Amino acid sequence: MLISNVETIPGREVREILGVVTGSTVRAKHIGRDIMAGLKNIVGGELVGYTELLQEARSEAVERMKAQASELGANAVVNVRFTTSSVAQGAAELFAYGTAVRVR
Amino acid sequence: MWAVFFQILAQILAFVLLLGLGIFVGGTIERRHFSKLVERESQYRDLQATTGRVLPGRTQLSDPVLVHGEVVISVDYFKRFAAFFRSITGGRFKAYETLLTRARREAVQRMKQSARAQGANAIINVRIETSRIANGRGDRGIAGVEILAFGTAVQAR
Repeated sequence: MLISNVETIPGREVREILGVVTGSTVRAKHIGRDIMAGLKNIVGGELVGYTELLQEARSEAVERMKAQASELGANAVVNVRFTTSSVAQGAAELFAYGTAVRVR
Repeated sequence: MWAVFFQILAQILAFVLLLGLGIFVGGTIERRHFSKLVERESQYRDLQATTGRVLPGRTQLSDPVLVHGEVVISVDYFKRFAAFFRSITGGRFKAYETLLTRARREAVQRMKQSARAQGANAIINVRIETSRIANGRGDRGIAGVEILAFGTAVQAR
């Protein structure tokens, strides 16, 4: 499965458009991480726990999008976009969407 | 009477301590991060990244892989305190600017790192997004900003 955020797959030719595919996941970190992040808020800087959380979640969202694409019989997803929104305290929704295509 | 006095004193001390931690520890972390960024950026200079879809001088692009890099960053206690005063007078707020610049450069570096790990030598159509990760509870909660950089890593010839 080839993934790109351009309209085409570089070096390939798009033969058929199969529709929009999406993948999303909502994640929260356990309370220990929240306490650590609260302490980190005093000195500033990177909140490593949250970065990891979002990284994992984003990969998961992409995997789900890929799974949906292969169900449609696609072999590539083009024009992929990401969005992030915080839905509740300490939880974030990661959403990935793109166009499933068949390339040659 | 004395109890109230000591309570107020303790609160003032805690505030000054947090402020000091923000200025000194936060400031040191920031300076160290900047110097590390400069070093890493020079290592990845030959990996071209562009916001466009074409690379000048390279005609053949192949083996696309979607790559991304992200950072969640938070402000320190001193900066938040200073922000309060800045919002009264208005104008440019440098403390937040450096924080966001730091996070963006870091996110781009991570994206490049992941591109190189996949064997790519260029990244096209780079996009950088910013979103706020708040934890509710007004200004007492944990406030962070997430910076996401993503693009299509390719083999360019």
